[in-house]
Amino acid sequence: MRVLHHPVLGDLTGQKTVTIYYGEEPVEAFEGEPVAAALLNAGIRVFRKTAKRREPRSVFCAIGRCTDCMMIVDGIPNTRTCVTAVRDGMRVQLQDGLAPVGIAPEAGGR
Amino acid sequence: MRKITAEIAVVGAGPAGLCAALEARLAGADVVLIDENRLPGGQLFKQIHKFFGSKEHRAGVRGFAIGQELLAQVSDSGARVLLDSLVYGIQPDKSMGLLTAGENCLLLAEKIIIASGAKENYTPFPGSTLPGVMGAGAAQTMINVNRVLPGARVVMVGSGNVGLIVSYQLLQAGAEVVAVVEGAPRIGGYGVHAGKLRRAGVPFYLGHTISRAYGDDGVRHVEIARLDERWNPVPGSEFTLDADTICLAVGLNPMTELVWMAGCQFDYIPALGGHVPLHDRNMETTVRGLYVAGDVTGVEEASSAMEEGKLAGVAAAEALGYLDARAAKEKKAEIEARLNRLRSGLFGEKRREAKETQLAAMQRARESEKEVV
Repeated sequence: MRVLHHPVLGDLTGQKTVTIYYGEEPVEAFEGEPVAAALLNAGIRVFRKTAKRREPRSVFCAIGRCTDCMMIVDGIPNTRTCVTAVRDGMRVQLQDGLAPVGIAPEAGGR
Repeated sequence: MRKITAEIAVVGAGPAGLCAALEARLAGADVVLIDENRLPGGQLFKQIHKFFGSKEHRAGVRGFAIGQELLAQVSDSGARVLLDSLVYGIQPDKSMGLLTAGENCLLLAEKIIIASGAKENYTPFPGSTLPGVMGAGAAQTMINVNRVLPGARVVMVGSGNVGLIVSYQLLQAGAEVVAVVEGAPRIGGYGVHAGKLRRAGVPFYLGHTISRAYGDDGVRHVEIARLDERWNPVPGSEFTLDADTICLAVGLNPMTELVWMAGCQFDYIPALGGHVPLHDRNMETTVRGLYVAGDVTGVEEASSAMEEGKLAGVAAAEALGYLDARAAKEKKAEIEARLNRLRSGLFGEKRREAKETQLAAMQRARESEKEVV
């Protein structure tokens, strides 16, 4: 959910938007924002699943330290989505366990 | 391998690093300021509240406004700024590995100032790894920088200033704060922040803790329990709140990886967030020519980080001959006086004592060094 109105920061207007894809699902994002912000805004909370117990994980620190928000972004696994900016047409996939070896980057076309 | 050289390299462009770079550059040194993020400012830009202290510490000015001013001054100063650039390692000879613009470079500097900041603590409980559990600072980044609400109904754990301020900012952003949960029997932060929440009707559960969080693919319910005087949950006291987000405001710890790698000596000082590098009154560590500033030296807040940055910048410029001893002494005395004023009062006094412990440990380290020589 966007914070469109704010008593200190003012209203949000005139943001340029781009489209990224979570799997096949198009997700609207603000130009330059982190992938994690666009996904949370769209109500998507599960970013990856752990290797052993397949437990869901999401954003914890939002400053690129904890690596809990890693996803497969444009074919590149283990991408920290909280510090990776969106790009129009970007493909974002849930990372299920350890990402397969050799998936990067030719698979994603970056 | 491409070499990047500077007289002074500053690692981290948060409040401490920006001030360090600015002071050193204004004194005449050739400075390069490096940050791994795409934008400088560190965590200043999510601080939308008015700062505390006196006028000299920019009290009454909001954090992001201070940040904008600092950025403009740094860019006018002629310091080189490398963003999206990561200092990933440092050798015993103090040469550094730097990834910038997709290239692996060697970074060489006569003096190094590390201002790498701090990261949020985590606290475990059943369900604490569920999506929806995040650092209070993470939620603050989402609402104030990215303008995205991470959830609609939030439980805040911790009633220190971070917990109180972020709770209020979550209200400002349109979320509902359904509880502030605090293990201690009293509120940890300033009364003025707590008062704002009380007036908004936010319930405080003092002497309580989260006993577990429920939900399949994310937080849905939060179970809270009362604590006895030994901090053990009281059986039968549990109750459940509907919430989709849990924010943890349970302190921070210094990000010291580079400082460890450089071989600096540390001390363990819980009041400063854990292991902190020893430094003297010039902010110089046990590794000559390597300075530290800001939260990496012990967790405080942005105002003292800025003063420590200035101190390190002045000292490094002096060591390179850009300031004579008298001018440097004067500047440092002014900065130290401001730091002492920041480290006073109910909350500041503990930090001042902790910093004195750290300085004393540094002195002992220097003395034993002399004995060996």
